Amino acid sequence: MTRHELTRFPLIKALLKNRWPQLAVYAALLAGFIFAIFAGFVGSPVGNHNFSIVFVWIAWWAMLILAAVPFFGRGWCAVCPIPLPGEWLQRGAILELAPTGKGVSLGRRWPNPLRNIWMQNISFTLVALFSSVILTMPLITAVVLSAMFFLAIGSSMVFERRAFCRYLCPVGGFIGLYSQIAPLELRVKTTRACASCKEKPCYHGSEAGYGCPWQVFPGGLQKNSYCGLCMECLRTCPVDNIAVNLRPFSSDLATPTKRLDEAFKAFIMVGAALIYAGVLLGPWGALKDAAYRIGSGVWFAYVGVFLSVLFVLMPSLYALAVKAGMLLAKTSSAVRPAFAAMSAALVPLGLMFWVAFSLGFVFTNATYILAALSDPLGWGWNLFGTANIPWQPLFTGLLAPLQTLVLIAGMLWSAETAQKVASAAGVRPLPVIIYCLLATLVMLGLLL
Amino acid sequence: MKSAMIFRLLMLAGGLALALLPSFAQAAPPVERVFRIEASSFAYKPGQIQLNLGDRVTLELVSMDVVHGLYLDGYDLSLTADPGQTARLTFVADRAGSFRFRCNVTCGAMHPFMIGKLTVGPNHSFTLAAGLTISAIAIFLLIHPRRASQ
Repeated sequence: MTRHELTRFPLIKALLKNRWPQLAVYAALLAGFIFAIFAGFVGSPVGNHNFSIVFVWIAWWAMLILAAVPFFGRGWCAVCPIPLPGEWLQRGAILELAPTGKGVSLGRRWPNPLRNIWMQNISFTLVALFSSVILTMPLITAVVLSAMFFLAIGSSMVFERRAFCRYLCPVGGFIGLYSQIAPLELRVKTTRACASCKEKPCYHGSEAGYGCPWQVFPGGLQKNSYCGLCMECLRTCPVDNIAVNLRPFSSDLATPTKRLDEAFKAFIMVGAALIYAGVLLGPWGALKDAAYRIGSGVWFAYVGVFLSVLFVLMPSLYALAVKAGMLLAKTSSAVRPAFAAMSAALVPLGLMFWVAFSLGFVFTNATYILAALSDPLGWGWNLFGTANIPWQPLFTGLLAPLQTLVLIAGMLWSAETAQKVASAAGVRPLPVIIYCLLATLVMLGLLL
Repeated sequence: MKSAMIFRLLMLAGGLALALLPSFAQAAPPVERVFRIEASSFAYKPGQIQLNLGDRVTLELVSMDVVHGLYLDGYDLSLTADPGQTARLTFVADRAGSFRFRCNVTCGAMHPFMIGKLTVGPNHSFTLAAGLTISAIAIFLLIHPRRASQ
């Protein structure tokens, strides 16, 4: 497959290797993140007049789902401010390299049984179950952001490297899943150079930089899922063997997963997008009420349905589709590996579901961004003269055609992916394609 | 192989029929209608309204708790109702399709998701989209028959 190395351009390479540009972005985003927490605690309790809701769940979310993830994969993780204070404490330095042992961390290894993304699946599901209050109440958003912030610091104090990002972050899990689609990757230029490198400074660190914070050995990288694009390996590689490449979309999906934790991440994301489209954007007041009344009987019923759809209904039907594909292919091997491999088809489908869902509320709520810019705490300020811009949904005439096109593209993309991985998985792809088609029709029915 | 090809062609025909047939459907004659919509945090009752193309419609918005509003996508119409008061809006449903209506007055936490749906004529947006999706996948399978039947 064609790849174009971006790091062969001296300017790009210099920008990526230099710590100052990254620190500048870090500093700006950390300030914004802390302000979002502050606004959530002290600002107006009205969500659409508070920086924490408007800039986190409308502006940042739109940037993440509509641009950062599809085009830059883990590009957001490369500049995410959440793990920074913990990492700085762990290293005992902010910008310069600190001698080993200067930082304050127990440096424990993350426990082996948890070296997977099940914890991220659980953390995302928890956030999703409480989303009706997290997305709408500044105080709850501030509590959740603070919890992530202190959990990241705590995990850096106890465990080595970025344990929070790698194993706990509810956002990092799905960014990792969908980063496989992005046309951007960090890879080694040649694996022979890595094999002959004895010191492995990319993993262990050197005087040129830190060892991989994501606990990844770049020489073994085959997909984007766990590379945080932090560029430490670009700085430490003694033989200039690290490259940042442009590549075709969804290149990683040609090598499908064998892991159930990753497969279930795909189901969680598709299922959550379907449920959100129905509950949050649909016309059914009883569903919104059930999602909003945390702790009530109807909320527990909602939780039951939510979990059943994500963890039982959708995977079971998918397993049946995979089994049907195996029967058609006259394959008698175990269903589980084929099920995990064929979950690759849900990756583009899920991303496009989230794009279509996000278009639905970003277009209608985008004007709150300008108002919140001038009055971020909802205290009646008018810093830039935009505080009184009235709410006005944007592009409502374009929304349905755009969502339709996005969902059709996702459907075709998932069909192509199913076909690509089917022969290696020993199945015929048609039942899985029909599953994806039916899921798309349900999503269309919910959005249109 | 032959049956697979027939399946895909039938799928294509079905998709195209779904996408195009509602355009030829006989429209019901327009009538005058009045809908009373009760708005309370954070839902409209009824949440879904079905109209015929050309109907002259009066929406009566009654707020049951705090101030609520109603903005109708596609028609760019809005009205606001104070608690216990009824606000009225009359228009001719001259645009077919499915349109969301949403609260345009900040009314509480779930305000951004206080949404209803107004459909004028058959939900052509959905049938067109569903038909196009089925047709697109049928064409895809016709173009890549070997890989699909691997």
